[in-house]
Amino acid sequence: MTEEKLLRVENLILHFRTGSGVVQAVDGVNFDLGMNRAVVVLGESGCGKSSLAKAVLRLLPRNVASYTGRVFLDGKDVMPLTDDEFRQNIRWVAMSLVPQAAMNALNPVLTVGEQVSEPAMVHLGVNKKEALEMARKMFHHVGVSADFLERYPFELSGGMRQRVAIAMSLVTSPDLIILDEPTSALDVLTQANIFNVLKRLKRELGLSFILITHDIATSSELADDVAVMYAGQMVEMGDAERFFSGPLHPYSKKLMASVPRLRETKELEFITGQPPSLVRPPSGCRFAARCTMRFEKCIQEPPVFEKEERRVMCWLYQS
Amino acid sequence: MKNLKNSFNDILQYPSAIVGLFIVFLLILLAAYAMATIPYNEAIRLWRGGEEVWYQNPKFAPPVWINYFSSKKLPVSFGARSADGTISKVAKLGAQNTTTYNFTYDFPYNYDGYPQDMILYFKTSFKEKKPFVSIYLLTPDNRKIRIGDFGVARTMTFRLSQDEKLKTRLKSQTPMVALFSDPINTADPTPIKGKYQLVIDSVAFEPDSNIDVEFVFHGQVSGWAGTDHARRDLMVPLLWGAPVALAFGLIASLGTSILTMIVAAIGAFYGGWLDELIQRITEVNLVLPFLSILIMVGTFYSRSIWVILSVTILLSIFTGGIKGYRAIFLQVKESTYIEAARAYGASNMRLIFVYMIPRMIPLLIPALVTSVPSYVFLEASLAVLGLGDPVLPTWGKIINDAEGNGALYKGLYYWILEPAVLLMVTGLGFAMLGFALDRIFNPRLREM
Amino acid sequence: MFTELVTKKEERSEKHQREVLLAIKNLHVWFELRRWGFSHAGYVRAVDDVSFDVHKGEAIAVVGESGCGKSSLLKAILGLHKPTSGTIEYYDKNISELNTKELKWYRSQVGYVQQDPFGALPPFMQVRRILEEPLIIGGISSVSERLDRICRMMEEVKLSPVNDFLDKFPHMLSGGQQQRVVIARAMILEPKFIVADEPVSMLDASVRVEILKLLRGLQEKHNLSVIYITHDLSTVSYFSERIFVMYAGRMVEKARVQSLLRNAGHPYTNALLAGTSDPDANNAKTFKEVPPGEPPSLVKPPEGCRFFPRCSQMIKGECDVNIPPEIEIAPAHQISCWLHKQSQSSAGIIP
Repeated sequence: MTEEKLLRVENLILHFRTGSGVVQAVDGVNFDLGMNRAVVVLGESGCGKSSLAKAVLRLLPRNVASYTGRVFLDGKDVMPLTDDEFRQNIRWVAMSLVPQAAMNALNPVLTVGEQVSEPAMVHLGVNKKEALEMARKMFHHVGVSADFLERYPFELSGGMRQRVAIAMSLVTSPDLIILDEPTSALDVLTQANIFNVLKRLKRELGLSFILITHDIATSSELADDVAVMYAGQMVEMGDAERFFSGPLHPYSKKLMASVPRLRETKELEFITGQPPSLVRPPSGCRFAARCTMRFEKCIQEPPVFEKEERRVMCWLYQS
Repeated sequence: MKNLKNSFNDILQYPSAIVGLFIVFLLILLAAYAMATIPYNEAIRLWRGGEEVWYQNPKFAPPVWINYFSSKKLPVSFGARSADGTISKVAKLGAQNTTTYNFTYDFPYNYDGYPQDMILYFKTSFKEKKPFVSIYLLTPDNRKIRIGDFGVARTMTFRLSQDEKLKTRLKSQTPMVALFSDPINTADPTPIKGKYQLVIDSVAFEPDSNIDVEFVFHGQVSGWAGTDHARRDLMVPLLWGAPVALAFGLIASLGTSILTMIVAAIGAFYGGWLDELIQRITEVNLVLPFLSILIMVGTFYSRSIWVILSVTILLSIFTGGIKGYRAIFLQVKESTYIEAARAYGASNMRLIFVYMIPRMIPLLIPALVTSVPSYVFLEASLAVLGLGDPVLPTWGKIINDAEGNGALYKGLYYWILEPAVLLMVTGLGFAMLGFALDRIFNPRLREM
Repeated sequence: MFTELVTKKEERSEKHQREVLLAIKNLHVWFELRRWGFSHAGYVRAVDDVSFDVHKGEAIAVVGESGCGKSSLLKAILGLHKPTSGTIEYYDKNISELNTKELKWYRSQVGYVQQDPFGALPPFMQVRRILEEPLIIGGISSVSERLDRICRMMEEVKLSPVNDFLDKFPHMLSGGQQQRVVIARAMILEPKFIVADEPVSMLDASVRVEILKLLRGLQEKHNLSVIYITHDLSTVSYFSERIFVMYAGRMVEKARVQSLLRNAGHPYTNALLAGTSDPDANNAKTFKEVPPGEPPSLVKPPEGCRFFPRCSQMIKGECDVNIPPEIEIAPAHQISCWLHKQSQSSAGIIP
């Protein structure tokens, strides 16, 4: 019935040990992603979405308290792999990352051509000349002229640097690219450009994307599916079409109502209060404190309910 | 303020900081103790004093506690006098208005070495006829050695080791050895241990004649810290070196840091020709030889410690520190909150002192603490070179004296080691504290 | 609700001629590039011949991408940078000619809300002190009066209970709370107008609405004029009555918001509008039309219209040679574009 999904995440948990306690950044997340599909992970700052990217890619800092769950890539669970096997076969080979503010994370003393060819040399074992050729091809894909191969990052504009970062994630031809806030610091037109690039890559190279952002309006430019994160949990997941026209979870509804629109003048709503701390998340439904539709059942943590292939973590949808 | 309290708790997390803090604390205590027990004027008096102050001490004597570390015990110096009763004085009236004064003094001698000297200071009062004294030493093996007989003038000093008659009588050029060893085995003298008694029989020929005697025993070791070439107890300069070093180090460090910061702020802020001028002055000053200039000032102008301190601060302001602070100020100057403050009308002075400088304090404090040792060493170096303050007893002066008297050649290691160790410990304490503070205030230096 | 408010305001501005608070005439702000201390290497023409008015109680938006000169415009209005030529008049007083005392008074008339809420607050001061500084500088010497005003202001920006926040340091506050402090500080001297530079772009999506609503509320209550600088067109209709579009140091279009949204004339404005997304799943199916290239360097901008290298409708021989004049294509809707030479309304060309 369901075709094999490219990525399936089951009950992924990532907790960090900090001075103020254990931060439960990713607390039992389930979602999946089909081939050549893009899923957008929406959420505010501090909801754990960046940690989700790190958890999927196993880019863990030293203070991990627990890291469990299953991550199926092309049907195979990659969690049991050792760190070395993961590094050699999965990270940047099957899935890669365009991190937050990637354009500022480029090495200022290397040319952009060298930086983009580096993953190819490291992960695919090709020599420098071949790697530069691959870099040239990637530049073409992202729409940066090949003249820039020998330039340094400071000679490029912000938008071009972000495209270079995307090229760097592409060079090893992975199936899945995770983008963490790819356009948050960019202007409107540059942002539109980057999304054009991503759309084209999706169409021409058959890539899948996980786009992590808090910018709901621009996320609709790429989304086939939408997942909403709140306080370390995935509270809603479904296709983009139905999400943008009618979200299910009360939090998603409030989020959508807070987006200013250009083409219609709607009364804007905002959510009172603040998201809970990830160190000691409240028991029961984590959104209950700020939810206008809460009722007695909400003191218990809701399970994930399925409604027409959309998933919601809310008692209101108990069929 | 709360920040400081939190920082203090952070400090306690680093063992090196605790040790550093402890050392600094001890040094402060030492300095306080020194200033309390030996007030400034007294210290100067002692340090400049000559024979009349220090006559009781031998020269070049290592500290007493050396005896704990060697099997060969060296004699400890001591003194006694009849005037305060430590030497017993028995008076007996005799015929024809004479009075016999009988002085006895017992002392134990359980050492493996020989004393440097034994000196008797006589003070008499008479009109015409000098009193007469006979001195004997009673050994533990019941020998009575005659030391000397002579008439005593109003004041007289009798040095046993230098008396020619005693040397002849004992048939030895070294009376100290002869007095304390076995008379038979003269080839390999070993001291006879036991209780010795000094006996002085004296006669005064007039009714109100009086004799008082003081007995000074110059052993091989003396005091907690030893003595130098002028018989001065080294405890005085060692103790007093602490407040001098600390004061110089802290004042120089504090003065330089604060003034550097202010000058850098003014330069960075106002820019233009003022900034250029300050930078050029700094660059020229960096090239000038610092120590040489201080030597010139010391030689041609004044060696007073205040002058040296002021020149040090002046020359130290215009160094690399300015460049560093200026770079940071230039950066902070562009920050958003400075722009906001300007927008609501803050004046330039206010911006510098209320908005920029408080930002610098976390950088200032570790730099301040870490630079204290260099100023302490600077002061000591100048003293070693002979350019120290002429009146103050400081650690550097001790080393200077030691070097001038060939301490290392003579094997008088204590003389150099004691101030050197104190200097090193001071440096170590401040450095450890400073590095820990640096890690606290500059989190990027922290290890994970 | 909002739409009613906006139209009411538009009606009002048509009926009554509100007095002009700020008049900017032919403003040029050029920065000299110095090379090796003495020779100069040209000018950065950050603001080039910009003119517009702001009326009392009016909220206007200045829209443009980074590098368009809006920050320099802002700095000139705040008196932080002297204009190279042209005038900025506040109630008919040229602010470049103010003496020190008058300049200080002018500073108390304008409030500045910045983009980065955390950077805008001195990290070593508590909230109480942060809000006290403008008052101290403004010469209010009584401690109790200062505290009184601080508490009142904090209530207005909804930082309550006040005592909870007075002694906090900026890093202890959330982004939204920090921005409220910035707003409180901007308002504490009871200014007549506020300059807000991207006040919500560094805040989370849901907090943005709160802050925008707060600003709107304060504007209504105190009849403030607001210059709202942003690159996010979608917020403009919630917050401003008129909108000015800047590109490469020049103003290319000025209009009332609804007029612009319905009927934008300048190709750049249209590109901006097309580039702004609303949350709509259909967006994923289409590519956006984006003008090729990048905004020009302000040191050597193109001759003539600065947008011509990227404009698909450029008229060769005209757009690349002559600077387009300002043409009124509809009431209170001006455009600087040669394409509209013909569509002047009866009001004629504005020289």
